[in-house]
Amino acid sequence: MFVNFFHELKNANVPVSLREYLSLLEALDHEVIQNEVTEFYYLSKAALVKDERNLDKFDQVFGTVFKGLESLGDGEVSEIPEDWLQTLTEKFLSEEEKAEIEALGGWDKIMEELKKRLEEQEKRHEGGNKWIGTGGTSPFGSDGYNPEGVRIGQDKNKNFKAVKVWDKREYKNLDDSVELGTRNIKVALRRLRQFARDGEADMLDLDDTIKSTANAGYLDIKMIAERRNRVKVLVFFDIGGSMDPHIRLCEELFSAARSEFKNMEYFYFHNCLYEGVWKDNNRRHNEKMDTWDVLHTYGSDYKIIFVGDASMSPYEITYEGGSVEHWNEEAGALWLKRLTDIYESAIWLNPLGERYWEHTASLQIIKQIFSDRMYPLTIQGLDEAMRELSR
Amino acid sequence: MSQKFEGTENYIATEDLRIAVNAALTLQRPLLIKGEPGTGKTVLAEEVSKALNMKLITWHVKSTTKAQQGLYEYDAITRLRDSQLGDERVKDVKNYINKGKLWEAFEQEERAVLLIDEIDKADIEFPNDLLQELDRMEFYVYETGETIKAAQRPLVIITSNNEKELPDAFLRRCFFHYISFPDADTMTEIVDVHYPDIKDRLVKNALASFYEVRDVPGLKKKPSTSELLDWLKLLMNEDIDPETLRQQDAGKLIPPLHGALIKNEQDVHLFERLAFLARRERN
Repeated sequence: MFVNFFHELKNANVPVSLREYLSLLEALDHEVIQNEVTEFYYLSKAALVKDERNLDKFDQVFGTVFKGLESLGDGEVSEIPEDWLQTLTEKFLSEEEKAEIEALGGWDKIMEELKKRLEEQEKRHEGGNKWIGTGGTSPFGSDGYNPEGVRIGQDKNKNFKAVKVWDKREYKNLDDSVELGTRNIKVALRRLRQFARDGEADMLDLDDTIKSTANAGYLDIKMIAERRNRVKVLVFFDIGGSMDPHIRLCEELFSAARSEFKNMEYFYFHNCLYEGVWKDNNRRHNEKMDTWDVLHTYGSDYKIIFVGDASMSPYEITYEGGSVEHWNEEAGALWLKRLTDIYESAIWLNPLGERYWEHTASLQIIKQIFSDRMYPLTIQGLDEAMRELSR
Repeated sequence: MSQKFEGTENYIATEDLRIAVNAALTLQRPLLIKGEPGTGKTVLAEEVSKALNMKLITWHVKSTTKAQQGLYEYDAITRLRDSQLGDERVKDVKNYINKGKLWEAFEQEERAVLLIDEIDKADIEFPNDLLQELDRMEFYVYETGETIKAAQRPLVIITSNNEKELPDAFLRRCFFHYISFPDADTMTEIVDVHYPDIKDRLVKNALASFYEVRDVPGLKKKPSTSELLDWLKLLMNEDIDPETLRQQDAGKLIPPLHGALIKNEQDVHLFERLAFLARRERN
């Protein structure tokens, strides 16, 4: 039962396991639901999907696997008059398709077969490749897959509203490669935690106190410093030009990072890192900070995050004087190299969709400089990036 | 085990939620509830316990909560003090075992509802530490050498705000339900349940502006069901005329008494800016 459905879910990368499948069957066995498609949809959703990010994928798979099913099982199918079926189907078939049907043995043959199967079929059936109602490979019961498919009873479908439940795809937003709100970013950034006891010992260490009291024979109080997240982060934001469409995303990332990391410093740059960075965009031309100073000020235990689309002319990276804004004595690539030499953990977050990456030469150069540690600015990418940084 | 949850007079349960609760109830598996803040995750457990007449035991999880605390705690310090005072109780270790919420739920004679609230607040290992206990509904007390087994397997409802990923092994054992934000129809039902005598038009207009507020792009915190209910209560108290609500929509964007809906000063600024732009466009 439903093995097909289970495998389709697996193929669609919904993490389902045998255990969950068995508990679904168990629930069916216990008759948690009456045999109704919508209820089955809700039950299988509760049993098989454990993360709202996968709900949309689940809806899609459910829609394809059980397409046509909802129109059956009403007990009406066998009562549909043959000529009614014929006219209905003819309405949906193009001339070529009709020709194909002829090639397969002709219209009458198909209808005869359909009738035979309707008689053979004793009850509703899911899965398999012969019976009506599965979608998939049977020519009957579903539309769209098989050119000679016969559409049965769609107009008279009582449960049509139920289909919409999964066809609506209301969980689309929860797919983790899409949405990126401040809260989601915070959750992703939280991966990057390094707890350490640092600073003044101002907490009572109960275990140690008991131990040393027992050893000493008098009350020997031991203190300990509080556990704090001591990860240090240095963020460089690309600003202006091609980054303008991504401003909102960067703002969200910035505000999330601000509240998540106590030790966070940020600087702005334009297109590529050169000898100067700045902290205030209004005064970027007169209050630049020497990049060397930055590299010297912040120790090598800082984690570096670059945020930028890395899309520019390749000369801006590889050549002296390549910058669009000023004359740079040394090439951007050299500066990036200096930085990655000092800081072991450095990654580049790119707001540009991953599928565009290979078309941009400058992006590939920077990716190479960062030894492939470039991640898209999505929840998933951020997650991987934080994993890499906390290594 | 023939009990079924159908929602209560105070709580509108959608069909999918009912099925998820009933599946968890029948198969005696934990039910994991996620959803936007303010969509009634915690309230669900209370309502299930009310509807099915089961005792509710709540375990609020904090960042410092350990799994062991749900089972039991051995109070060594009191025992140490008692031993110095020569208290008789000190001879029996049982006197110093404090029962946790799980133990409490296990020893109920009637089936109970155990709510583990905000499980994601705790350490990442927390759910893993409870795997066996929730699966078999029994645990071993080392100090006394006894095994505590659930007399009646409680219905375990777990809520999560998604701050941490839960381990797969844990998820496999649960049923899962995501409470999505209610649509306008369900919302009207919810409002009806809470404020039965509220004027119809007021509700309609209030709901319209509520969804408008939710649809404003760039809001840091979207108002949720609980905020809507608070806001309606305020509107009723102030006896706002339903017509003013409608006029608000045409005139400026900020609804009256917006403090109940918008809880972030940046969002208020955003609204003011939008209202300003809207007015300027008209002039």
